[in-house]
Amino acid sequence: MNTQEIFETMDYGPAPESSAEALAWLAERGGIAGHFINGAWGPVRDDFPSNNPATGEKLAGVTKGTPEEVAKAVAAARKAQPKWAKDSHQRARILYAIARLMQKHSRLLATMESLDNGKPIRESRDIDVPLAIRHFYYHAGLAQLVDSEMPGFAPMGVCGQIIPWNFPLLMLAWKIAPALAAGNTVVLKPAEYTSLSAMVFAEICQEAGVPPGVLNIITGDGETGAALVDADVDKIAFTGSTAVGRRIREQTAGSGKSLTLELGGKSPYIVFEDADIDSAIEGLVDAIWFNQGQVCCAGSRLLVQEGIAEDFHERLKARMANLRIGDPMDKCIDVGAIVDPVQHAAITKMVSETEGEVYQAPGTLPEGGCFYPPTLITGLSSAAPLMQEEIFGPVLVSTTFRTPGEAVEIANNTRYGLAATLWTENLNLALDIAPKLAAGVVWVNATNLFDAAAPFGGVRESGYGREGGWEGLSAYLQPSAKLTEAKPLSVPAAPDTPKTDGLDRTAKMYIGGKQARPDGGYSRAHYDKSGTLLGHTGLGNRKDIRNAVEAAAGAKGWSKTSGHLRAQILYYMAENLSARATEFGDRIRALTNTSASKASAEVEATIRTLFTYAAFADKYDGAAKGVPIRGIALAMREPIGTIGVLAPDDAPLLGSVTLLAAALSMGNRVVLAPSEAAPLAATDLYQVLETSDVPAGVVNIVTGLHKDLAPTLASHGNLDALWSFSPHADKAALEQASAGNLKRTWVNHGGNPNWATLDPKTALAHATETKTIWVPYGE
Amino acid sequence: MTDTLHHATTTTATDQLPQVHLPRNTGMELDLDWVASVQANTSAIERRAATLPGRRSVKKSYQAAWLAKAITLIDLTTLAGDDTEGRVRRLCAKARQPVRADLLDALGLPPLTTGAVCVYHDMIEVAVEALEGTNIPVAAVSTGFPAGLSPFELRVKEIEMSVAAGADEIDIVISRRHVLTGNWQALYDEMKTFREACGEAHVKAILATGELGTLRNVAKASLVCMMAGADFIKTSTGKESVNATLPVSLTMIRAIRAFEARTGYKVGYKPAGGISKAKDALVYLSLMKEELGNRWLQPDLFRFGASSLLGDIERQLEHHVTGAYSAGWRHPMA
Repeated sequence: MNTQEIFETMDYGPAPESSAEALAWLAERGGIAGHFINGAWGPVRDDFPSNNPATGEKLAGVTKGTPEEVAKAVAAARKAQPKWAKDSHQRARILYAIARLMQKHSRLLATMESLDNGKPIRESRDIDVPLAIRHFYYHAGLAQLVDSEMPGFAPMGVCGQIIPWNFPLLMLAWKIAPALAAGNTVVLKPAEYTSLSAMVFAEICQEAGVPPGVLNIITGDGETGAALVDADVDKIAFTGSTAVGRRIREQTAGSGKSLTLELGGKSPYIVFEDADIDSAIEGLVDAIWFNQGQVCCAGSRLLVQEGIAEDFHERLKARMANLRIGDPMDKCIDVGAIVDPVQHAAITKMVSETEGEVYQAPGTLPEGGCFYPPTLITGLSSAAPLMQEEIFGPVLVSTTFRTPGEAVEIANNTRYGLAATLWTENLNLALDIAPKLAAGVVWVNATNLFDAAAPFGGVRESGYGREGGWEGLSAYLQPSAKLTEAKPLSVPAAPDTPKTDGLDRTAKMYIGGKQARPDGGYSRAHYDKSGTLLGHTGLGNRKDIRNAVEAAAGAKGWSKTSGHLRAQILYYMAENLSARATEFGDRIRALTNTSASKASAEVEATIRTLFTYAAFADKYDGAAKGVPIRGIALAMREPIGTIGVLAPDDAPLLGSVTLLAAALSMGNRVVLAPSEAAPLAATDLYQVLETSDVPAGVVNIVTGLHKDLAPTLASHGNLDALWSFSPHADKAALEQASAGNLKRTWVNHGGNPNWATLDPKTALAHATETKTIWVPYGE
Repeated sequence: MTDTLHHATTTTATDQLPQVHLPRNTGMELDLDWVASVQANTSAIERRAATLPGRRSVKKSYQAAWLAKAITLIDLTTLAGDDTEGRVRRLCAKARQPVRADLLDALGLPPLTTGAVCVYHDMIEVAVEALEGTNIPVAAVSTGFPAGLSPFELRVKEIEMSVAAGADEIDIVISRRHVLTGNWQALYDEMKTFREACGEAHVKAILATGELGTLRNVAKASLVCMMAGADFIKTSTGKESVNATLPVSLTMIRAIRAFEARTGYKVGYKPAGGISKAKDALVYLSLMKEELGNRWLQPDLFRFGASSLLGDIERQLEHHVTGAYSAGWRHPMA
């Protein structure tokens, strides 16, 4: 078109970003992406191609890492780790240097990212790369402060990290920055579709003075990733699909490897009738058409209040018609290419099978590339597969609601829990709804806001662990306190001729605030060393666990009580325990065959512990994070929900009560399997619980053999976490079973802590999950 | 949209007036429920405004064409206490030939004019005379511009006198106090009276957004003025401490869109004050194109209230033609 014609049509025209520099960079390095191990490149092989999804053309060859190559990288990381962990200020300097260098090479990083991934250059340039840089700046600061601010913690060692293809550089930054800041060394595997920006990053690290072995990159596919999971690493951090996350959980079960997972989502995007509708629609552009919808936290499930739904959908369709789809390297493009034909086919298939009404933005798609039009599907019910399944493409599904309560109910009707967005001009409504949403991140009147200072991560099957902030750093630290191998307590055996005082003392189960007979109808006897019968406890089975979890699930109110109230109840427990200290001391002595002074010390320690967690109930606060917007990002500490606890044998009273108190103080409900060897120490607590006003269902106690109880707890779909310090439970089996609903686990790999000196913040961190609520403001 | 394409080549005397092509906004009853329901989330609006320049980019001959278009949308303005007849004649001469002919030739564009010339009442007659034989309308600021605090009867009278003096367009200022006190009825009545006083001249309602306090007020005032029959809504007098901004513009043009959806009437938009760079003009054009569509890229529905913008556009156009950066003195001053 000549100028005159353009003057009349007022079209945008092409605004291409040059790919020459990025292509030349690749060519200069032989056009192959490969390993960066111990500060050096190689080996590199052209095992499979990395294509430009916008054109289908090959950009580079990629080396598929073998288990031997992974092992080599892990060995290099292992060797480099002790020295790297020594000087946190030196780490801060190097992370700062990385940030500065990334800034200097920002255009190369951005173009490489868009070529490789297909995302619009605007997004790489204005979002991905700046956020990645910010991550290194922020974590340079954390490295500087970690020693003084996190005493009692040590790095984990070598971290294996596996990242997805949707934000190759940004996810790399989210993984590497905290790991290195905390003093770990890293072996990172980029996604097979998108290895190229990691190559640029590795060079930046060389330039920044990262010592050899501290950062290693292994390219490859899923098999390479599996080899990394199996390798001699101390931690696996994974971002990707829920299916693969679950496999990794199963694969690492029993290994003692720490694990954080950032997985899929079907995040609700709730629009109340008093919202600024135009802004909410513009928000949707950033929610579901950002990065072609290939975003784990994409607002993919639109919930509109019924009264405005028709108008909203009409306006939304008009907005969709203005989205520009095409060459990602064009600066005037909103929606680029889907990363790979495999993904494109998956999206196409899912949409083709829907019973909903499909609207696709008008216009023709560019030829030759992997393009999919922005899509809106209306008229779906909650039961429709597309309301439940993650599509991971530019496809929005929509439904309506009538009341705020119903909005929450629909929003939470999902296996996932990554993010949620809500739009309302009513602050009361916003701050009422945000805490009720099952999500790790909530955006109020905004969407897809990210920052290094704000924790990000999910609940439910969206995974566990946080990235960003001190919370994210904690995922790369472990308590440095010594652990002791968890051993079964040796208790007096049944005598040939038991002595009894003729009074029956059978402790039943404690479920829903009532004592309940064991479902199976079996009990076992407990004796002291003189052969005197101390009492019987029930042998719990899967149905007892089922009943206990049901009771706990029903006691939802506890999670909404104030910290003050929970503190009062825990103090009350301490008070009542104190009143019966002698009796509990005698019981411990009889059960464990220990000295009177040791037994009484355990009771005293238990009372002290109850005081500690009572004190923390209203003091383990959240934080307002220093994010670079006009607004607040509130990191709220929320209870996990219902926690199953397999108590230790060592310190049968103190161990159980410590775990119980930590869980209760933060508002969790508990199903406790007390010390297998000495359960009477816990069953004696029934009266304490009852007299201390602990509401029914908040604490449920099921006695029995842990080998019987653990599998049911571990696989229970309505249990949110499982803590095991039992010497009788099969750690591998329970971690494997926990993969079913991806419940959080806290398991005694490496042994049990000293219960009397356990840092309460360790337990409290396991008893809570951080929800980050972003509230931009301004009138 | 094709019915307006002839603007590009042949502009007639009244082409810039909306009523020539479109049914003129007759206004509607004041709908207080609608006004009360208006929402404007400042942070979200600011985010959209902040990211728009990065989302849309116009390069090379497209950029040249867009800048040429921007020239046809400028209300070339002088509103200073020291305006004289000579000064206004010079401005009008510039409006007739805003770009050097050799540059237009090189670009392959026919002669252009600015959208209008905008002056105080006392300068209307000289402007009309200086623009005789062209298609360029004269716009006059009115109603006690810029504060709008002279006696109401005088403000109405001023409109009538300006129309009588030959002004085709009247830029009125609203009483900010009606907005600040939520007296929508008073604002509506005032606007309606002004509109009636304008007769056939079309009326631009200056909201003085920098003095309205919140975007929500901007949105509500926009709506009330359109209900009362405004042909254009305009941001500022250019005399407030904050004038046209992208967030304010987004708020106002969303109100225009909502008004059209409800009534079918297309109302024009004029950002004024603070738009001095060619690059800014491109962002505004893309904002209009994105939010309202191409129809709002014509002078009957969109104007820039600007004085120094033209100079920067001229330099950019020369750069496009020659490949070398230009200098101000290479272009005739206004």
